Amino acid sequence: MTSLPAYPSDRKLGLVIDLDICVGCHACAVNCKEWNTGGHMAPLTDYEAWGDSPSGVWFNRIHSFEAGEGVNGRTVHFPKSCLHCEQPACVTVCPTGASYKRGEDGIVLVDEDLCIGCKLCSWACPYGAREFDEDVGVMKKCTLCIDRIYNDKLEEIDRVPACVATCPVGARHFGDLGDPKSEVSQLVAQRAGYDLMPELGYKPVNKYLPLRTNRAQAGCTGAPAAPLKDPREEGTGSRLLRWLDRALSR
Amino acid sequence: MHPALSVILFTSASGGGYAMLALLGLFGAGGVLSPDPLSGWVAFIWALGMVTFGLLSSTLHLGHPERAWRAFSQWRSSWLSREGVLSVFTFLPAGIYAIGWLVFEDIWRWAGALLSVSAIATICATAMIYASLKPIRAWNNLWTLPGYLAMGLASGALWFTLWAELMPVPHKPAYDFAAVGLVASAAIKLFYWHFLDSGARAATAESATGLGSFGKVRMLTAPHTEENYLLKEMGFRIARKHAQKLRRIALFSGFLLPLAAVLAALLTTHLVDLVLLAVAVVLNAIGTITERWLFFAEAKHTVTLYYGAERA
Repeated sequence: MTSLPAYPSDRKLGLVIDLDICVGCHACAVNCKEWNTGGHMAPLTDYEAWGDSPSGVWFNRIHSFEAGEGVNGRTVHFPKSCLHCEQPACVTVCPTGASYKRGEDGIVLVDEDLCIGCKLCSWACPYGAREFDEDVGVMKKCTLCIDRIYNDKLEEIDRVPACVATCPVGARHFGDLGDPKSEVSQLVAQRAGYDLMPELGYKPVNKYLPLRTNRAQAGCTGAPAAPLKDPREEGTGSRLLRWLDRALSR
Repeated sequence: MHPALSVILFTSASGGGYAMLALLGLFGAGGVLSPDPLSGWVAFIWALGMVTFGLLSSTLHLGHPERAWRAFSQWRSSWLSREGVLSVFTFLPAGIYAIGWLVFEDIWRWAGALLSVSAIATICATAMIYASLKPIRAWNNLWTLPGYLAMGLASGALWFTLWAELMPVPHKPAYDFAAVGLVASAAIKLFYWHFLDSGARAATAESATGLGSFGKVRMLTAPHTEENYLLKEMGFRIARKHAQKLRRIALFSGFLLPLAAVLAALLTTHLVDLVLLAVAVVLNAIGTITERWLFFAEAKHTVTLYYGAERA
């Protein structure tokens, strides 16, 4: 059913991504590919994997941007995956019922057996979260690692999406953004987490934490940036070295 | 957006086909047509042939064409599904109307009226597939729906006019409709292109990333070295100068020259009429396909903002 759930629960599972911490190592994207190519939406097909121009299906892509100029400019690593929107047009445009949003936790999924591969959902997603698998002929997307987060065969600490589990710097957080008391919700409240392209009205569940602003002087050590003095000038260096310099300069 | 040939042919051919069906139904309901079987056969084969060709062509870009029937199920939320339902439903009044005309040699006015409404609704649903997509500013605007209706009317009325001249149809009622459709198409497209170029309501790289507080946002490195699905499907780019040339081709070949031919045909003898209308139909087809190609090629998707585009 591609209508949105009539009675969605308050649970909104999603990710919080800290742009201030992310170092752009792509480990989250690699571990996502590794887990999901054997997971719920498997395979994540690669084309020409050993050829001249390899490409393929990924659920998570790490963009890098520069914002602003000079000392106020920033280099920002920007991981982007499905935002599991509250108003996902990718779901409502689907003509077959393949695309759906789960009422119980808000995760947006694709039923591969119903997908006709019309690609309209990928056009309806402003964020580029959906990628078509040409080999299988169906659309694929992030499942929020539905096969990890509810998997009681895994240790409890591992019941998080693969991208969160692998992030070496703790820039990715997973939790219930519908619960204002959850750790992720508190993080969003403290750090003024924001939505991407809020003007389109998709109401993404995933939030991005902005760069901390008190880093404007981070590159400054406090030392004056005076040019080095000429060592032959009176009052600098040792008398012996000045004599040596004069002697060798003759 | 990637201009897929299957979708261009689908919207062009079935747009004109449904408009021709709408006119057949409308004039029948208005009591202007006589149930001559030969002209009936030609009309239904022509219009339903175009519609069927378009619909079949649209299934070619599917990853699983054999599952296309599933697309009739989600009409509550999806314009594509509604379009699918309406496009197939229209065959029902068309078939009933055709049986009356061809078998009983009678114009069943109620069937004609139903056919007309259903065919126009189908064109509207086709337009809404595109007009409802918020990430694509070039489509998600007020010009898309009237554009599809006017261009469908222009093609369908031209075909209808040529058909009426070829067949022993007593009245030649569609000249007015062809002229109105062609003038409306030209005007709507000019306003539409003005809207596109104005850049109004465009999303920016700053709002896409939320990094605007630092200043202008530029891509430093892309996430991947090779093209991916997103760039192939949504990152299609066209040189500006080609767009301007193609717009002129669409405007003159699609609308203005056919309009001149239609107006000239009002003044000439029957044989010259036929030639002029045939030329108008061919020119209109070239212009319509060019415009439809541009409709896709000029449309920018917001995902390109993550790949270096400043505005979309």
